[in-house]
Amino acid sequence: MTHTTISGTPIEPFYTPESLPGFQLGQPGEFPYTRGIHAGMYRDRLWTVRQFSGFATPEQTNQRYRYLLAQGQTGLSVAFDLPTLMGYDADHVLAEGEVGKCGAPVSSLADVEALFAGIPLDKVTVSMTINSPASILWAMYLVAAEKQGADWAKISGTLQNDILKEYIAQKEYIFPPRPSMRLVTDTIEFATRHIPRFNPISISGYHIREAGSTALQELAFTLRDGLEYIDWAIERGLKIDEFAPRLSFFFNSHSDFFEEIAKFRAARKLWATILQERYGAKDERSLKLRFHSQTAGCSLTWQQPANNIVRTALQAMAAVLGGTQSLHTNSLDEAYALPSEHAATIALRTQQVIAYESGVANEVDPLGGSFFVERLTLDMEEGARNYIRQIDEMGGMIAAIERGFPQSEIAAASYRYQCEVEAGERVIVGVNGFAGKEAEQPIEILQIAQTAREAQCAKLKKLRAERDGARVERSLNSLRRACDGRENTMPPIIEAVRAYATLGEICDALRSVFGTYREQSIL
Amino acid sequence: MSQPIRVLVAKPGLDGHDRGAKIIARALRDAGMEVIYTGLRQTPEMIVSAAMQEDVQVIGLSILSGAHNAIVLRLMQLLREKEMTGVMVILGGIIPDEDAVQLKQQGVAAVFQPGSSLEEIVHFIRERAGQPSGQTAT
Repeated sequence: MTHTTISGTPIEPFYTPESLPGFQLGQPGEFPYTRGIHAGMYRDRLWTVRQFSGFATPEQTNQRYRYLLAQGQTGLSVAFDLPTLMGYDADHVLAEGEVGKCGAPVSSLADVEALFAGIPLDKVTVSMTINSPASILWAMYLVAAEKQGADWAKISGTLQNDILKEYIAQKEYIFPPRPSMRLVTDTIEFATRHIPRFNPISISGYHIREAGSTALQELAFTLRDGLEYIDWAIERGLKIDEFAPRLSFFFNSHSDFFEEIAKFRAARKLWATILQERYGAKDERSLKLRFHSQTAGCSLTWQQPANNIVRTALQAMAAVLGGTQSLHTNSLDEAYALPSEHAATIALRTQQVIAYESGVANEVDPLGGSFFVERLTLDMEEGARNYIRQIDEMGGMIAAIERGFPQSEIAAASYRYQCEVEAGERVIVGVNGFAGKEAEQPIEILQIAQTAREAQCAKLKKLRAERDGARVERSLNSLRRACDGRENTMPPIIEAVRAYATLGEICDALRSVFGTYREQSIL
Repeated sequence: MSQPIRVLVAKPGLDGHDRGAKIIARALRDAGMEVIYTGLRQTPEMIVSAAMQEDVQVIGLSILSGAHNAIVLRLMQLLREKEMTGVMVILGGIIPDEDAVQLKQQGVAAVFQPGSSLEEIVHFIRERAGQPSGQTAT
């Protein structure tokens, strides 16, 4: 067995005070927040248990949300299906076979109303994993909340809205980078002015890691993406301390226990330091990096699926020891399909066992001061600074993406890891080691019926027939005009949503002005 | 020396998760095959047309979104219409067992589920490439 982290950093047999020359560590809740953003951390308040969920239809997803809330989940997180993520209505030809498969389908305000029926949006915080059409889904959410009687000044939640990592890793982009960045900046500006408690963006390393990056690449590219969003918002005329407190993050919690904890600790320290150094941020809320984490989907195995419960528990523990603000634990059956209710319940219970039985919530940063963890944290910090410098020298993240830099770094890391697995240098229990002959218990698989698309298409047909067609046309025309000019696109998007223009129609209006993006495939 | 095997690696559907497709493309290339990668969001029509133009013996599909049944059915139908049944179709991704059985009945030569090794895939292609899909169903 090689003694390196999963990311390939060599590990000494043990570390000593000499491993940390000149080492200084602040207190929890104090700059640079290596030990956590709050002095009392989970002693004062546990992390938010936020399970990502969505499938079939908005109505079926609503049932799952009510079930999860009844079981003690403390926040909601919406998974949308691929047509929604790509800005197509359920009745579009490219939606064939995809409706409700990877998440909930949403084609209009009516679907968002169904998604949150009976769930008070002024009490529950909702995270929405949506990127290219994020401003449209956010507009639908805001109007749905308003119809429930919720006050925009009081509602809270998170929009993923991180388009840069789509070009880098997950590839769910629609428009070219610059108009996409304008849309993101519009949402940041709109949130700053009108929806002050909402996080308009969740700058995400999760997908970068799932695409095969190392922990270091995940950290560095994510933070550098964050700086790109800041630069655009400042260019727009916002002041750093006006909007930086609402920037949030999302990281992967992978299998290499100590490396992950070091990554989370280094992320906080780097963000606080860089925001002070580069932008002169003064408000401590700007400096505090708040993050959601999710256990590593790509680590789950098809073979011996019950082992995935154990993997997920360890990964979740790393996120908690790393000081996460909210957490999603994956289900044991996710190498097969979207989670069944049974599997989703075990994943939820895993967090509850950590929170209430393990005792880890009693202590703030329990690994702080460990020679090993502090050394790994410093190495992460230094490695990330090197990557950030390289990308700065290229002219920023968009320039780096255009020359394929992060994409090729990730592809190389991903191939190297797979070759190590093939060579048996990395053991994956049940796959290339301990495969055993034990009889596999068949597991329950969630089936998404073909009728999900039929149901959604029927609803759309009715909606198109009953709405005020002239109002829809007018609203789409003024949206196109806004896109052509420089005004913030959120107000005209909200008006189109109120008129029950569909997601596909609104996206088509944007496509007609902004065009669409095709990447140069990098192997 | 014989001609290298030509393989089209394709990502159909709306799914953008291309980690697997890229790893397979690299591994087949490292194994001495000629690999053409279509990039993302290809319709069955685009894939069949690329396979014809590039004169490949193998089409390798990567689908993780659960949309495999609709997509693969359409692709196999197109191959039959164009009399391209000599092209072997293999599939990798999140494919439940019962779907895998059905897809093989449709003429897919092999379905590689999560955890399949690169060696296994390379070996399968070397052994079977050039044989009509209909005769290789196992």
